[in-house]
Amino acid sequence: MEHHWKQAKGAFAAALAPPGLWLALFFLLPLGAMWLYSFGENAGLTEIALSGTFANYARALEPLYLGIFFKSLAVAALVTGLCLLIGFPVALAITFAPDRWKPWLLLLIMLPFWTNLLIRTYALIAVLRTEGYLNFTLEWLWNAGSWVTSTLGLGALPPFEPLALLHTTFAVVFGLVYVHLPFMVLPLYSALDRMDRSLLEASLDLGAGHLRTIFQVVVPLAGAGVVSGVILTLIPALGAYLTPDLLGGPDSQMIANVIERQFKRANDWPFGAALSFLLMYLTFIAIALQSLAGRRTAGSRR
Amino acid sequence: MPDTLDALTRPSVAATPKTIIRLENVTKRFGKVAAVEGVSLSIQEGEFFALLGPSGCGKTTLLRLLAGFETPTEGKILIDGKDVAALPPNKRPVNMVFQSYAVFPHMNVLQNVAYGLRVEGVGAAERARRAEEALALVQLEGYGARTPDQLSGGQRQRVALARALVKRPRVLLLDEPLSALDAKLRDQMRTELTALQEKVGVTFVMVTHDQDEALAMATRCAVMHRGVLQQVAAPVDLYEFPNSRFVADFIGSVNLFEGKLSVDEQSHAVIESPEAGAPFYLDHGVTGASGADVWVALRPEKIELRKRKPGEALFKMEDAPEGANVVAGVIRDLSYLGSETAYEVEIASGRRVRVLRSNLTRWDQEDFTWEDEVWLSWHACSPAVLLS
Amino acid sequence: MSALPSLRIAKAAGGAPKAAPPGPLEYLRRWPLQVWLLGVTVFLYAPLLTLMAFSFNDSRRNIVWNGFTLKYYEKALGNESLIEALGNSLTIAFVATLISVVLGALAAVALWRFRFPGKLAAEGAMTLPIVAPEICMGVAMLVFFARVLPWPSGLAWPFNLGAIIIAHVSFCFPFVAVVVRARLATFNRELEEAAKDLGASEWRTFVDVLIPHMRPALIAGALLAFTLSLDDFVITFFTSGPDTVTFPVKVYSMVRFSVTPEVNAASTLLIVVTVALTAIALRLQRLEKTIA
Repeated sequence: MEHHWKQAKGAFAAALAPPGLWLALFFLLPLGAMWLYSFGENAGLTEIALSGTFANYARALEPLYLGIFFKSLAVAALVTGLCLLIGFPVALAITFAPDRWKPWLLLLIMLPFWTNLLIRTYALIAVLRTEGYLNFTLEWLWNAGSWVTSTLGLGALPPFEPLALLHTTFAVVFGLVYVHLPFMVLPLYSALDRMDRSLLEASLDLGAGHLRTIFQVVVPLAGAGVVSGVILTLIPALGAYLTPDLLGGPDSQMIANVIERQFKRANDWPFGAALSFLLMYLTFIAIALQSLAGRRTAGSRR
Repeated sequence: MPDTLDALTRPSVAATPKTIIRLENVTKRFGKVAAVEGVSLSIQEGEFFALLGPSGCGKTTLLRLLAGFETPTEGKILIDGKDVAALPPNKRPVNMVFQSYAVFPHMNVLQNVAYGLRVEGVGAAERARRAEEALALVQLEGYGARTPDQLSGGQRQRVALARALVKRPRVLLLDEPLSALDAKLRDQMRTELTALQEKVGVTFVMVTHDQDEALAMATRCAVMHRGVLQQVAAPVDLYEFPNSRFVADFIGSVNLFEGKLSVDEQSHAVIESPEAGAPFYLDHGVTGASGADVWVALRPEKIELRKRKPGEALFKMEDAPEGANVVAGVIRDLSYLGSETAYEVEIASGRRVRVLRSNLTRWDQEDFTWEDEVWLSWHACSPAVLLS
Repeated sequence: MSALPSLRIAKAAGGAPKAAPPGPLEYLRRWPLQVWLLGVTVFLYAPLLTLMAFSFNDSRRNIVWNGFTLKYYEKALGNESLIEALGNSLTIAFVATLISVVLGALAAVALWRFRFPGKLAAEGAMTLPIVAPEICMGVAMLVFFARVLPWPSGLAWPFNLGAIIIAHVSFCFPFVAVVVRARLATFNRELEEAAKDLGASEWRTFVDVLIPHMRPALIAGALLAFTLSLDDFVITFFTSGPDTVTFPVKVYSMVRFSVTPEVNAASTLLIVVTVALTAIALRLQRLEKTIA
């Protein structure tokens, strides 16, 4: 099927050269430059000396920044977990829907994903702020509860205090789940759709209840889909910039925000470069773990 | 070149057959595995030649070597006397009908058929005319504007045929042309393809694993096994005069017996076979061996069944001495096949012999049933002797 | 799981033919999953729909409904810098898409067709832009255009958008390559052999047979690249300057400064454009499925 490149040198060069050169010049080169800078330091206001120092990396591993790395990981992990929890039943629902509804249901879930990230995050501001819809709903429920208690003769509840939800870690988590949920559903659905239905029917036939079947048969079989959904959610969540920027407060900063600050305000490019690369390495580790996990779920199937 | 309809339909092949394709000791290796080994073959002009064999025998590789999609590791391929090993497929006077038909999905039927002409640089009007001619030849007149997804499998195959034939190749290669068609369509296409070949006069080389197809359509067949040619002969010769156990077994069904050649004269021969329980008497001599181990191949339809009463004396065949070419047996199994009935008869040695009996009348299949005691007998000209 | 709801339906229908009770695997017909699916849908759509609804709200503070108005749309459409930013975004997306499709298609063909030393590394390098966090790419581009290959400033429009276009192409074309590669995997090799058998040269075969096969993927890839480019914020944030503002970047600065219904109006417009593009993409996909 494949030709050896020597069989058609001209065609091969014509095909690979343009994208290859572009990738080298406008992607690998910038990354390489940034990598070099991560070993540099500020020399004067505008110059950067490439002194081969590890000081930036050392600084990145200081408690302050290490803490931010861990916090970002924790937030990303939490977001992924929530997306998995919320998204799995959704994927299940779509998999077992009648065939003619499936593409429409998928579209229903994926459509918000196609809208701009900025707009989706912005929409949540209106939901989460002190005079936002969430607080409105809570206030309404509170007032309804107050009406109930006063009718029962227990006296009215104290006045409603709106929750300061915006600019907190809660808001960031809420926002990230909101933004990444559709991206978790798709690989889950993919894996579930490919599952052999007769295995489920066999489980039910042998007397297992639905919940037990789901946990002991469906979830393990969807293993590969779970792994890929986790990666597709974890990595973007880890490197998220916009959502923590708009919805987060000073104590809910994630790595991407710190990196941005180094380049835009703090003017410490070498340090920002070091932080960026640490983020990249974390990403690669996550992907490597995924392919290992993927191989194991595939292997255990035999 | 004359370009009227007549040009596409030529009278039957000339009296003296001319070799159009010659393969000289062709070997094709993929890594260490030889898909085709030491194949030497001559194909005559105007033949309908079949390459037959089980899957993996190398027949498709051989076809692709002819088309130019593979180059031989060793050996020469000559078309019209010219060594074509260096010629790429787009420069050979050979065209192919692929197993999947490979009709271009984004062009309509006429554009598909005219494609080869467009590549040659033929003008638009001439292209259209010749393409319409070719479509008429395969009975698809008026289908020019249709798109491939509107056609059935059989129609797409005709488009592929027309597309190849419009270029007037010296040789047309067909890769398992009937395998994708359902039974009725297959029968229909068998007769149509042979008629088409006779009409157009182009040499056809066909690859198939279906021996019925090969026997019915080809003028000559080459049977291949694991990359090596087993036998090249006309269908009758392959069936009635196989040269090895493989060919005898591959083509149709056969009963094979081991034996020793005891008498070998020019006019007759005798083979002792404990397995058969009776000697084989043949009305011709066996060339080659003497006192050696041989195999006897006896086709099921050549064995007669007669009812046997217990204690009855051995039945004698007219054309053989007493005791030869007759064996007693018991029917252990039977399958009613409609036009015939197949019986499995157990003989004294414990061996089961397959017998095929035509149902000449509507009650013939009632003649024999399980556990019936029978005589199996055959004529002296029926068995074939195999030396390998 | 209880089968009561379905029995109730059956009884209510009386003598009329009733819907069959849900099969054991028809989870969607049972209420727990129906409720869950509904809840998630509300969760996903409510904020967006309210945002769109309130763009018509005649109130600055945007909390209580005050009356229907189109004045914020007028304001948005009259906002020169916003319209300029939109124009920039569309131009960038258009040019970046063109380049991305060509590069992506070439890359896909090269990787699909040829075996060569270092192929694994090449494939890895091609997936890097897809996998790498956007912030890393963004700052790398910033470093590149500031220090390594400074983009000349003061160029006339549209050339001043060059840096952004280059950055967008870099992260878009691998996506196109993935889409085209998936399509190439379904190519029937015999089509190519048939063309060659009929006399076509290598180049002729490519144009007459391979490109038509790739066409659905080229279109899908183009739409994907266009959407990615139009929507992008992070990478553009780091490569744009004060005079090369794109639509998302402009909306971001509007959001940061004040939450006015004007932003809602601009956002609604962008949502409509995105949905329209998606609809076109789907329609084209369905058309292609019936043809190919």
